[in-house]
Amino acid sequence: MIDIKNISKWYGSFQVLTDCTTTINKGDVVVVCGPSGSGKSTLIKTVNALEPIQQGDIVVDGTSISDPKTNLPKLRSRVGMVFQHFELFPHLSITDNLTLAQIKVLGRSKDESLKRGMKMLDRVGLSNQKDKFPGQLSGGQQQRVAIARALSMDPIVMLFDEPTSALDPEMVGEVLDVMVQLAHEGMTMMCVTHEMGFAKRVSNKVIFMDAGKIVEDCSSADFFGKPEERSPRAKDFLSKILQH
Amino acid sequence: MSLNLDFSFLTSDVVKANLLPGLYYSLQLTVVTMVCGVVLGTLVALMRLSSKPWLQRIAAIYVDTLRSIPLLMVILWFYLLIPASFYSFIAGGYGLAHRPEFSAVITFTIFEAAYYSEIMRAGIQSVSRGQVYAGYAVGMTYSQCMRLVVLPQAFRNMLPVLLTQTIVLFQDTSLVYAIGAYDFLKGFLTAGQIYNRPDEVLLPAAACYFAISFSLSMLVRRLQSRIQIIR
Repeated sequence: MIDIKNISKWYGSFQVLTDCTTTINKGDVVVVCGPSGSGKSTLIKTVNALEPIQQGDIVVDGTSISDPKTNLPKLRSRVGMVFQHFELFPHLSITDNLTLAQIKVLGRSKDESLKRGMKMLDRVGLSNQKDKFPGQLSGGQQQRVAIARALSMDPIVMLFDEPTSALDPEMVGEVLDVMVQLAHEGMTMMCVTHEMGFAKRVSNKVIFMDAGKIVEDCSSADFFGKPEERSPRAKDFLSKILQH
Repeated sequence: MSLNLDFSFLTSDVVKANLLPGLYYSLQLTVVTMVCGVVLGTLVALMRLSSKPWLQRIAAIYVDTLRSIPLLMVILWFYLLIPASFYSFIAGGYGLAHRPEFSAVITFTIFEAAYYSEIMRAGIQSVSRGQVYAGYAVGMTYSQCMRLVVLPQAFRNMLPVLLTQTIVLFQDTSLVYAIGAYDFLKGFLTAGQIYNRPDEVLLPAAACYFAISFSLSMLVRRLQSRIQIIR
């Protein structure tokens, strides 16, 4: 479903991604991990072309993102994305946050988008908050609304960019619960996260990055089950993160 | 010399005949300039923040030029440079008869847009990059993202500053006196001439400008606390 082919990216003369290649199939739950500054967030943002790449290509559901003829907004409307800092629209109510893009981008009717939005809000357990504004919700609630907003667009794949990193510890669980449920329902997901428990339990594939390169690209069973086969850099990372 | 002030000529007839029409025009000029100036200014701000260097340059030249010339000179230049045929073209005989008034609206819009554009630029930059990403991520085009996500927030963040600039603008409209447009100040001056009180009339004029501007400032302050986005 997502084919990342030999992509490289530079910020000026600084190379953030070097020759990254991987494939994500329908139904995969892929966790991208690695030390900070390793290019994980940049990699996931290149998938829906929020960050442009200078070399290589990414093909999402048959559409190349580097083809100048590609309608990027249309492609992005089919790819859900959840951000570290939620990025709900603070000037709009929760309801409007859920329906805005459905109406303006997908051209759905008000009724239809409201119905779809409320269904998704109910799914993340926040129906009773529909008239509030983002600023009136806790971080965990905002992130769940953000997930509902992305789901309202009926995406073919969901991208999560450190969805729990900005949350208070006691709110991490409620967001992960929603993500686990989503994974069990067969949603194709790509998650940048440090939640190794989630990676172990839910993902079927782990990508480990360091210094802009994909160092490990293997099944999560192998990643966590056979540490002796891992690269030294991944071993080091795992030993630091798993001892807690 | 003794101060011999006499305001008795300021009767309700004078108010009706001279002051109110002037005030009406001054307010009209202020409101039209604010609306057109903010729209034009927002476009200039978007040009200045665009990724195309030539657009940035045009916007920068526009803003820097107008902000470096005194308003009074801009008013005079525009009045002298725009040919009469232009006014008859946009408003026929009425346009010709009210050439100073029309000229002032055009001048002020173009001039104030330079200031409004800098305010809107700051406003647009106050909206985080993440919000733009979020707009794009749900499939919005550049213009949708600007219209639906960035500008509403930029506008809200900047509303107090925009209104404060508008109050300054209201005071600046008195400069159209130089081209003979019939504004609030001109109303006072005319009354002063008719009743031979050209000096006294400046005091109530100042008092009126003060009262209007000051109460508007107070209003902005109250508004400011009410419209803030809950964060």
